[in-house]
This record gives sequence, C-alpha cells and structure tokens, in this order.
Amino acid sequence: MATPAKTPGPVRIPGGVAAPGRGGIGESPLRPDGTLKVAGEFAYASDLWMDGMLWGATLRSPHPRALIRSIDIGPALALPGVLAVLTHEDVPGRKMFGIDHTEDQPVLAIDQVRHQGEPVALVAADHPETARRAMSLIAVDYAVLDPITDPRAVIADPEGLKVQDRGGITRYQPVRVGDVDAAKAAAEVVVSGEYEVGIQDQAFLGPESGLAVPSDDGGIDLYVSTQWLHNDLKQIAPCLGLSEDQVHLTLAGVGGAFGGREDLSMQIHAGMLALRTGRPVKMSYNRYESFFGHVHRHPAWMRYEYGATGDGRLVYADVEIILDGGAYTSSTMNVVGNAASLGVGPYEIPNIRIDAYGVYTNNPPCGAMRGFGAVQACFAYESMMDRLAAACGLGRIEVRRRNAVSQGSRLATGQVIESPAPLAEMLARLEAMPMPAEPDRSDLRNLPGGVSQSTRGEGVVRGVGYGVGLKNICFSEGFDDLSTARVRLEVIGGEASVLVHTAAAEVGQGLVTVQAQVARTELGVQKVTIAPADDRVGDAGSSSASRQSYMTGGAVKRACEAVRAELLARAGRRFGCPAGELGVADGKIVRLAAGAVLGTVEDVLGDGAIEETREFHHRPTARMDPVTGQGRSHTQLALCVHRAVVDVDVELGLVKVVELAAVQDVGKILNRLSLEGQIHGGSAQGLGLAVMEEIVVSGGLVRNPSFTDYLIPTILDMPPMRLDILENPDPEAPYGLRGAGEPPTLSSTPAIVAAIRDATGRPLTRVPVRPEHITLPEAP
Amino acid sequence: MRVTVTVNGSEETVDDVWEGESLLYMLRERMGLPGSKNACEQGECGSCTVYLDGVPACACLIAAGQVEGREVRTVEGLAGGERLDPVQEAFVEAGAVQCGFCTPGLIVQSHDLIGRNPAPTDAEIREALAGNLCRCTGYEKILDAVRLAARRKAAAR
Repeated sequence: MATPAKTPGPVRIPGGVAAPGRGGIGESPLRPDGTLKVAGEFAYASDLWMDGMLWGATLRSPHPRALIRSIDIGPALALPGVLAVLTHEDVPGRKMFGIDHTEDQPVLAIDQVRHQGEPVALVAADHPETARRAMSLIAVDYAVLDPITDPRAVIADPEGLKVQDRGGITRYQPVRVGDVDAAKAAAEVVVSGEYEVGIQDQAFLGPESGLAVPSDDGGIDLYVSTQWLHNDLKQIAPCLGLSEDQVHLTLAGVGGAFGGREDLSMQIHAGMLALRTGRPVKMSYNRYESFFGHVHRHPAWMRYEYGATGDGRLVYADVEIILDGGAYTSSTMNVVGNAASLGVGPYEIPNIRIDAYGVYTNNPPCGAMRGFGAVQACFAYESMMDRLAAACGLGRIEVRRRNAVSQGSRLATGQVIESPAPLAEMLARLEAMPMPAEPDRSDLRNLPGGVSQSTRGEGVVRGVGYGVGLKNICFSEGFDDLSTARVRLEVIGGEASVLVHTAAAEVGQGLVTVQAQVARTELGVQKVTIAPADDRVGDAGSSSASRQSYMTGGAVKRACEAVRAELLARAGRRFGCPAGELGVADGKIVRLAAGAVLGTVEDVLGDGAIEETREFHHRPTARMDPVTGQGRSHTQLALCVHRAVVDVDVELGLVKVVELAAVQDVGKILNRLSLEGQIHGGSAQGLGLAVMEEIVVSGGLVRNPSFTDYLIPTILDMPPMRLDILENPDPEAPYGLRGAGEPPTLSSTPAIVAAIRDATGRPLTRVPVRPEHITLPEAP
Repeated sequence: MRVTVTVNGSEETVDDVWEGESLLYMLRERMGLPGSKNACEQGECGSCTVYLDGVPACACLIAAGQVEGREVRTVEGLAGGERLDPVQEAFVEAGAVQCGFCTPGLIVQSHDLIGRNPAPTDAEIREALAGNLCRCTGYEKILDAVRLAARRKAAAR
C-alpha cells in the first residue's frame, strides 16, 4: 500500500454545462450534461480527486442501542499511514445537527448509540484499506441495551419507551371533520383493514461521497452530492466551528437522490478530517455503508375503517397511521403531516377521524423518500377503495368515480382544491386504455419466474388492478418555500449568451435542462450555460417534494423577466420607441405591433452585460391545526392514476408485472422526454415497493444491507408502460405546471397489489408482497 | 506491485498497486479513468462494466493484478476521438440518461450486445441488460436507446 504514485490527471471538480441545441418550454431539448455522462467524464462526488488527498472512513455502531463506556483510539492512530482518528470530543463546534431545525443527532455518538450504523469515530489515512484497518483497531467498549423496536408499544407507553429525552412520539397529528361516531350509526356498509408498509431504501446508485478541501482562510471547501446546498451549509458550519462565510459548498455530480440526500451524511465528517489534517479528504461509502449512511422510507402500520351508503358513497373514515422514524427526528414531522393531510386521498368524505403518529425507536432512521407519508397512506386508502367496491358490488373504477374529488372539493384538512383535479376523467381514460395482449407462453421469458423454468404456464393467472394517488407539491405547512436565480445576459464571442446560476441540485431529474428551456423561452436567446450549483448564490431549497421545476423554474423565469425588461428598456432608448412596444424573439428585438425587426440582442447589449437576481416564493401555506388538522397546508396537489396487469404463478407466489399504464395531470408539459422518464422511474420505484423492496430488520439490526439481498427492479422486472399525460394548467404555477416526480410513485404500488389480489383472491395487506403471502394460507 | 495493462488501446504501467485493489479502484484512483462507476462493488449493479479482452466484466470483481498483460476497454474508450459511439449518442437522444451513474455500465453492455447481435429483440435486450441496475429511468428509455443505436449502427453498415 502506498499513496498513488501516478497522478490520475488534473484535479477533477465539477464544471458548468453548456446547454446544446435549441428548445424552449414545451420542447424536448437534450440534457446539457448528457454527453459528459455517456462519455464517462461527468464528475460525480465519488470521482473527485486531488493531489495529496487522504481517505476518510467512518466507524459505525454494530448495536442498535448501547452505552459507550470508552473509546481507545491509540492503536489506530499508531498505524502507519493514519493521519487522524476523531471522536465526538474532536467536533470543533456544535456537536449536534439535524434538518428542519431539530438538532437532535450527534455528529459522532456521545456516550450512547441509538441505531445500528450510527457514526462513532472517523479516520483519515493515505489509502482506503489503511483507513479500514485503522477502524478495526479502534476499541469501543459498549454496554449493550435492549433496543426499543416496536412503534406500537411506544405509542402505548411514550414516556416509558424513550429513545429521545423529549418522549417517544415525534409528532401526533389528528384530523377531525364532522362527526364520525354519528356517521358510524348511519353507515349502511362498513369495511375495515389493517395495512403495513415495509422500509424502502432510496437505493440511489451513486454512493454518499464528497471531497473536503482546507481553504486559505482557515475554512473548508466542500464538493458534495446533496439535495439542498444551503440547508447543508446551515448544519455544517456551526458543527465545524466556522462561520457560514468560511464554508463553501459546490454540488458535485449527484448519482440519484430520491430523498436520501436531504439529511447530511459525510459532509461534517470530511470537513472535520480536512480541518484536522490540513489536507484534502475524500469520503466515499460503499454499498454496505450506504444502507446505514442515509435515512429510509418510514415503515407504516395503518388501521382503516370506512363506512358508506349502499351505493358506495363514503360517509366516514376512521384511520390510525403509525410511522416509525427511528432514533432521530429527520423529516418525520413532515412525513406525519403528509400522511395525516393526505390520509384518505383524493376522495370526498364528510366525516373523518385520522390519528397519525411518528415515533422514535432504535430501528433504522427514516426520513425523506419520494412521496413521503403520502406513499404509505396511498397503499392503505386504495386497498380500502377496493374493499368498498367489493362490499357494495361495484366496479373498482366506479367506486372511485363516485367518491372522486374535483376542482372545488375539500380535502380532509378542509383545504379547497382550487385548480383542476380531473380525477373522474383520468379514471375514464385509464379504463379506456387498451389491455396488453395475452403472452406467448411458449417463451418462458414471458412467464413469472422467467428462465428459471418454474412454470410452463400452469398455475399462471392474470390480474388487473387500479391505483389512485394524491401528492402535495412543494413545501407545506407554513414553510417559507423559496428559490433564487441569477441570470446574466452578455455577448460572448459575438453571440448573445445567457448564464443561469442557482444553488438548485441537479440530481438526475433534468433540472439543468428545464432551467435552460426557461431562459430560452423568456430571453429568446439560444445559447445558455448552466453554472455549477453552489452557495455563491441564494438558497434554492431542496430538490425534493417535486418542487424544483415550480420553484427554481419560477426563480429563473422571474430573473429572466427582469433581464428582459432591462434589455427592452435599453432597446427602447436605442431605437427610440417605448419599451412596452418591444419584444425579444430568436435573438432579435421586435416591435410587437408591427412585427418589425429593429435589431439584434447583440446590437443592444454591445459590451454591456445585464445581470439580475430574483427570488421566487409560492403562496403561503398554513400549519395544520394541532387539534383538528384543518388548514390550507399545501400549495399545490397532483394526481396520478395507474392500472397494473400482472401474471401470477399462484402455486409458487411468483409475480410478473405485465404492463403498467398511467394517466397523470402535469398542468403543462415542460419537456416530454424528461417527464416521461420521471413517470417511468417513479412507477418503477412503486413497483419495487409492491413486490420486492424491503430493508428487513430484526431486533433493530438490518439483515440485508446489499444489492444481493435488497432487490430493486431490473429491466426484467419493469414492464412496458403506457402513458397518457394531461395538461390542465394551475394558474398559480409558472407556465401552469404541476410537480410531476412523486405522484407516480404513490399510485403504482396499490395498483400492482390490487392486480395480484385480483389474480389470487388473497387479502395482501402488507407490502412488499412476498411469495409466501400469496401461497401460505395464514399470510397477511 | 507493478501492473502493466493495455487500457483503451494504450499500454500503461501502474506502480505501487496494493494486491487487494480491484481493477475498478486502479482505473478510478490510479489511472484517472473514473468513468466506470462504484455503485455496489460486489458485482450486482453492473455500473463498473468494462471490456476485459473483449468480454464485458464487472471491474469491481477483478483484482488489479489479474489484468497484467491484458486489454481493458472502458466507457472512456468507446468514442472515436470527439465523436461519440452511436450507443452513447442514442442514450442521450432517447432520454436514457437521468442521474447517469448506471450509464457507463449500461453503455458498455449495450455496445457489446449490438456488436454480437445487430438487431436484438426487446426480450434479448432485456436479457442482456438484466445485470445492470438503473434506479432513475424505469428502463423504458434505455430500451428505446438500444433499439435506436442498433438501427443507427445497421444503417451505417
């Protein structure tokens, strides 16, 4: 082992990307970063490299709950090649951090550990293997305690079963509408069910990684893959004992996120090691560590009872939802808010009682994942709609249509749906889609089990199912949600060029493409460059909650409008006419009424640049009332509906999803190619939750932290999709758009499970559905 | 140890390689070729797929010392100068790239498939790419990309 003797080329840090070609809003220009990505030249966080850099590594707790009696770092520090070994005593500043102003998570464990994989100590060494060996030499003396792992027990005894001093319950959010008890007496049909959702992992492919570089002013430059640079900065700087001016963050290439990068992972740790050693430090988790390095989707236990009239119109809902957040708060507050406010989905119900809880346990920590809170509830309420259909002798589409919301309806929170919500039309369109053909069963690849030859067609039954999902878009419950954009227009090499600078994280979703499209549309200039996202421009908020097209798209649009106003003012002076009579299109200044071209953008700009920075906020929202859950808590809502067709080998419990069809209302299609990719990818993650994905936990310990044992859909598992995309604009949103990334993840799961029920007649109240749930009589 | 290997057509000598290092680590950290990706490092995801003597293999499962005297071709070696390979072009044009972390492995695997089978059926594409995980796309656009690349390569023949 030695430090790399051969320099692997120059320092690799992320750069800006020029957006090639043409294409404004509504077209499908190609991704500006696509060429770098297919050539293998895009600098992801784990690709970063600097001369003289060290490798950081994290020693993690093997126990879900234990007291730390002592830590001996001496032998590790004595190992040649080791430059630093740090514990909580070495945290230079505040020792606790956490998103959403809940600083309840230690940077490194202090006297106790609350979940398996909790960071305990850090090592910096000249080679990753040296760092691994050093970690094995750190002696931690643990007094192991019985972990608290049953969230229902915590609710029964929140003061007795405390993982956090503040109590066992992170948030309790009730929703109260009408009089459920009175309605129970009047209901002609009653259905009930208990449902469970396992822990899903984001399983982004690019592991948590980053590079920390000591800067000349005693601060730190961090190149990291994250979803929200400014929120990272607010947590990192105080823990490093630095001011926010001394910490500079630049977004390194992000290999997927899906919520798993909202919480910090290696950022503070790499900063500590770089400050201590005075050298650049790279940290990159392997897949095993990644399963412990980020929060997961909350597992849920849900009890539902619905009452209806004989003709299938809902009269009450009585619901309890329990979400296990693990040891720290993370996003649990918001996850509970979503589960409560969207707990009965897009259906009109006059009497509602929902009790939603988030609890602390010593199970794996849970936080943000695509569709959070809404995904879990959607599996339950859609399962309930099918039960209601059966109890009333109605079709599954018909029972949904009879209860569907529309524009003007009230949600469980009392919030009125102010923009189009054409659920009935979406269901009709879904129903009208052609069904897939019967498979050619002579080809084993078309059958459940595939080439493992588990069947030649015997015991295979086809099923069809439907799912409907409603997701809030952007941040909710009173959060002042904003994004910022700086746009510069100038002549470079004789051509008018736009530079768009935001702190918004491109995580794969295509935000850089949309930013360029907005600039082209608003400024009529083709050449657009997207600057690297960093903290040298204002906050953009998180790449989550399906919000970046809305928020950062909105900010770029607003900054471009300001640049355009100044451009036209200058043009008016130059051409001697009121600016209000001018427009810009295709690089030309145009007198609108006459349609006459007065000159080019380059003529007007000359050597003078125009630069404007603007913030964009969406309409304020309100906190849910702590007693009744009432309040206008969401700014936008989005619908997606799915139909799933499955073939099930009912003897072996093997499922092949044959086709997924989806109808989604996106308000306005900004970029069809990217949008379809979001719907496909979101549906695939929903498929994973339906039939394969679960972090299996027993006694607080993760049993399958690898891609060998935690399965995500392959190209053999994901079926062809039919899409029908509607454009009913939301007048409050930029271009009328509706956030699109999360809704498909909600509805695909219940549709697939409903299809398996249709094929098998089994209740299937837990996801993921496993073969034994289909084949064993006592299964859920 | 010292490893001598031909990478993307050029013979390279790498010194001070620790015996426990993988080909993937050597490529990424010692040779300035980070295009092959480190998503699982246990042969499950295919993100590190390279050609080893013309056959696709997971670079994470090969010890660096095993490539002594052999030929490796990575995603960085597929383009002809500035001109991308048709498979690379098709991935961008079809929308098969989102975060892109799986993309290098999928491109090498698809490049191999079309080299062996110029007109693959959908079932053959699915079979060939079954060892490459993608978390973003749901694979639909990847199928589009491989179909497009096969058509382009056939037309160019």
